[in-house]
Amino acid sequence: MIKAKEMMNSKWLGPGMLLGLLAAMLALPLFSNDYVLIVLWNGMFYALLALGLNIIVGYCGLCDLGYAAKFAIGAYTTGILMKSFGWNFWLTLPMVVLVSLLAAILVGAPTLKLRSDYLAIVTLGFAEIVRITARNLDITGSASGLNAIARPELFGLRLTKSIHWYYVFLVLVILFVFISHRVRSSRFGRALAYIREDEDAARAMGVNTTRYKLYAYMIGAVLGGVTGSFFAVRMTAISPQSFDFTQSANILLAVILGGMGKIPGVIAGAVFFAVFPEIFRDVPFIGDARMLFFGILLVVVMIVRPQGFWPERKRGALK
Amino acid sequence: MSTWELILQQGVNGLILGSFYALVALGYSMVYGIIKLLNFAHGDIYMTGAFVCLSVFGALSRFLSGWPAVACSIVAAMFLAAALGFLAQRFAYRPLLGAPRLSLLITAIGVSLVIYNTVMVITNSQPLFFSSGLDSSAGIKIGGLTVTYIQMVLLAVSALVMLGLSLFIGHTKTGRAMRAIALDQDTCRLMGINVNKVIGLTFMLGSALAAIAGGLACVYYGNVQYNMGYTIGIKAFTAAVIGGIGSIPGAMLGGLLLGLLEATGTQLLDSSWKDVFAFGILILMLIVRPNGLLGKTEIERM
Repeated sequence: MIKAKEMMNSKWLGPGMLLGLLAAMLALPLFSNDYVLIVLWNGMFYALLALGLNIIVGYCGLCDLGYAAKFAIGAYTTGILMKSFGWNFWLTLPMVVLVSLLAAILVGAPTLKLRSDYLAIVTLGFAEIVRITARNLDITGSASGLNAIARPELFGLRLTKSIHWYYVFLVLVILFVFISHRVRSSRFGRALAYIREDEDAARAMGVNTTRYKLYAYMIGAVLGGVTGSFFAVRMTAISPQSFDFTQSANILLAVILGGMGKIPGVIAGAVFFAVFPEIFRDVPFIGDARMLFFGILLVVVMIVRPQGFWPERKRGALK
Repeated sequence: MSTWELILQQGVNGLILGSFYALVALGYSMVYGIIKLLNFAHGDIYMTGAFVCLSVFGALSRFLSGWPAVACSIVAAMFLAAALGFLAQRFAYRPLLGAPRLSLLITAIGVSLVIYNTVMVITNSQPLFFSSGLDSSAGIKIGGLTVTYIQMVLLAVSALVMLGLSLFIGHTKTGRAMRAIALDQDTCRLMGINVNKVIGLTFMLGSALAAIAGGLACVYYGNVQYNMGYTIGIKAFTAAVIGGIGSIPGAMLGGLLLGLLEATGTQLLDSSWKDVFAFGILILMLIVRPNGLLGKTEIERM
């Protein structure tokens, strides 16, 4: 899961560790109980969301405060198509991609032409629109949401146990890491990094900043939407409360505190945020005040170490 | 109630709502104008203002009641909010003034989380109720239209505050310094303006305005909750965008307009859709006229 190549100088140590970790993740269910699998599943679920948001925030430097909406759109699209129209889960995925793209264009196209910080508030407003719409419509099950969403089948196996979902999400994490890595090391990814570091200079060098920002936003939205669909069938029930601002803030904190742009950092941040409430669940004060500490941490990190705890190493940068 | 009276009644409601939005939007717009920061914590400062107003009112209840107590509470809330705004600016934003805009924005989110969760923990997530002891139904009746005294005072206070702010920014030395910094910070420094001091003052002023709105909202709605700043924060931003962000008269106009639109929208649609309506206007506005009604076309300088 974690790719530690950047840390190591040796050419083979990095891939070796990566393979070792992968083997450990694959073998883990043999030695652990359901509780561990569910906690790890939760960690992987947040890792998927964080990897998706990382393309928007980490690679392109845009601030999206409504990532929960992307994941809500995926979850509800799958839920509605399966419940009201009787679709097979796997067939809903192309629709989720399509709807996510449309939503991203609707929000991103007018906003990304403007100063980047407008996106922060617009995504926040859009997330509220999505949440309130889901709460008000009948087809989305209003306030109680959708439940009894069918479990999908894979090669004749109905995915019901924790161990099934552990492996499904492990595959998704590997897929998302692969996509992130490909995006990062492509010409497109370098253009995004340029936009993040200096948008004016990027534009002066002929990078079509508006279009590239929109592409990054669309990719992030699709990854969030797909994660949402899998979330819907994993949980079999979704409701508007799962997609409020706290959710968006958590994902954003995972990306920023973990290390913007750096895949292992982002995953570590996400796992930390998923596991932290589990560890401190029974500690009375910390449970309530944890967002307060994260807020302070966020301010301090921005001032002292704005690149996050485990940031991306600049390759061939001047300073 | 005839259609006309209904329209007028909704107009009054819209103006009240709009003056809250306008007061909060002013702080957004001033701060954005001067350091190009979307002060995400601004809605939470509004919320803090409401809480301080409620607490001070409770503490004063032995000596004072009615309007004098409300006035004292709001003044106290203004001072505390101004101090909070200054502290946020001094310790969170100032060290980052030269940093990328994203860092500044994320810091603002951090400040917002801190204020929001502090109040949440203190109040144990429970709403607090406020009873000013004022007669909320007394007022002037014109036909079927009722305008209560409380509503009249709210409107008068908002109008006076906005007038005062316009005079301050347009006609004092500090106001001129604010406008100058919005144009070019470096040149201002060369001209001997204490830029940091003026920025600090802008934050204090904006926060105090938000606290007035918070205090008035506390009197008008009668309850206060830790999450009350969240929605109004986005809506005040919408108002600032409608008017043209960075523009002071724009923020006032945008606030009032949004209030009126929302009152109309609530009348036409079901009220559970009213936030959707407001945020829809925000997105529409950015598509159609991103510089707002009174904003100037922004020329980006390098």
